[in-house]
Formats: sequence, C-alpha cells, structure tokens
Amino acid sequence: MKTNRREMLAQSATVMGLLATAGLLPQAAHAAWTKAAFEAKSVADAIKALGGNASTESKDITLTGPDIAENGAVVPVGCSTNLPGVKRMAIVVEKNPSVLAAVFDVSDAVDANFSTRVKMGQSSNVYAVAMMGDGRVLFSGKEIKVTLGGCGG
Amino acid sequence: MADPMRIRAQMAGDKANVRVLMSHEMETGQRRDSAGKTIPAWFIQEVTATHNGKQVMRAEWGTPVSKNPFLQFFVKGAKAGDKIAVTWVDNKGEKRTDEATVS
Repeated sequence: MKTNRREMLAQSATVMGLLATAGLLPQAAHAAWTKAAFEAKSVADAIKALGGNASTESKDITLTGPDIAENGAVVPVGCSTNLPGVKRMAIVVEKNPSVLAAVFDVSDAVDANFSTRVKMGQSSNVYAVAMMGDGRVLFSGKEIKVTLGGCGG
Repeated sequence: MADPMRIRAQMAGDKANVRVLMSHEMETGQRRDSAGKTIPAWFIQEVTATHNGKQVMRAEWGTPVSKNPFLQFFVKGAKAGDKIAVTWVDNKGEKRTDEATVS
C-alpha cells in the first residue's frame, strides 16, 4: 500500500484522537507529576506539597555546588546522603520563581546521590532535601552567588 | 523527534556511574520574546531510568532545571554489559528513550 504524506498525517491525527479519547496519551501519566510542589513559591510550601512536614537541618545531607556561579543558566548542583531509608531527594533553589527544581525517587537500586544542573535567577540559598521513609524531612544547604542571572532573556 | 540523549555508564567500584546529557530547550514560561509575548513553558517533567529493563530511578523535574539537562546517578549492583535505559517525558507529552551499555 502506498500512502502519501498527507494521508499519513490525516491517519496519525485520527489515531492520536482515538488515543486521547481513550486516555492513553501521556497526559494520563502526568497526573503523577506533583504540580503543586513545582508551583510552590517558598521552600516550606514545596516541602509541604511533596508530603513532608517540618524539616530539620542535618549534617548527613550534602549539597554540592559552586560558591560562585558565573552563569546562572547552568549551575551544577548535586544532592547526596549516606543515611539509609531515604525515599525522595529534592533540590530547591530558594529565590527562584519556582523554587523546586527536581525531585528524585530513591529506590534500593540507586544511590541517594544525584547531580544535575539548574538555572538560578539570582544569588540564593540552595537546599538538598531528603524525605526519609520514617517521615522525617532533613535538609542542608549553601549559598550560591550568581554573577549573571539565568532567568532573563 | 528530539535529538538523542548522550548516555555514558561506567563502572565505579560495584556501582555504575550513569551520566546523561539530554537535548531539550527547558523553557521556563517566564521569558518573553522580542514582541513581549510570554514564551510558553516547555520542559522535561519526568525522567525514568531502567537497569536491564527494571526501573531503578524516577525523577520529577520542574522548570528550574537547565537547558540541555545533565543528570548523574549511581546504579548499585550493575556490571559491565548491563543495559541502562533512560526515558524523559516533557510537558507536551513528547518522550524519548535511549539506551547505553555499562562499560
């Protein structure tokens, strides 16, 4: 069978429509994405939206990152801990428009040690937050100074 | 379709150090274009990783993650020759999976 591009597009549109009505499109999966947490405007709100309560500072949580970031668009940060029983780890930038950058679900098969890069609008405290299996929320943080903000155009 | 990810998985002791470089705009929804219109947010929301087909890591991301995101994590109990696959899904529902072999 020979299908030209136009017919192909029309067909795929139909299929997509069917998938959408059947609820099979990835939007369904997105329900799991904790929207409230990512829209939180303060560190406390973000932790709350992730299901955590009062948090305590802990030396066992490590946030790695530079003291001074020259370019706020790309700031390498990492969070790690050696404590057992960590459920989730999060990276939070206090003064960003949306404070929560990333949440990692920790399983038995991975170390509680994640690194990524974040954008920072201005100099701010950055926190690594660990949510423990027993309900405790531990964090530690450091201030990262930004010479050039990463949220402007 | 988005560009492929670059995944490198190397053994470090008894763990595999997995480093992923994804190709994505990670638009925050805060910026404006030259006409003053807000550029809609477009970012990776969910990242999952599997080790020989079994999910080992899941992450949720927000807009503060940098453009062309980098991610590093460690998979326990991996050995050379194992397959590590990483999948991301963005807020438009687009997704991409790439696989690498642990070396």
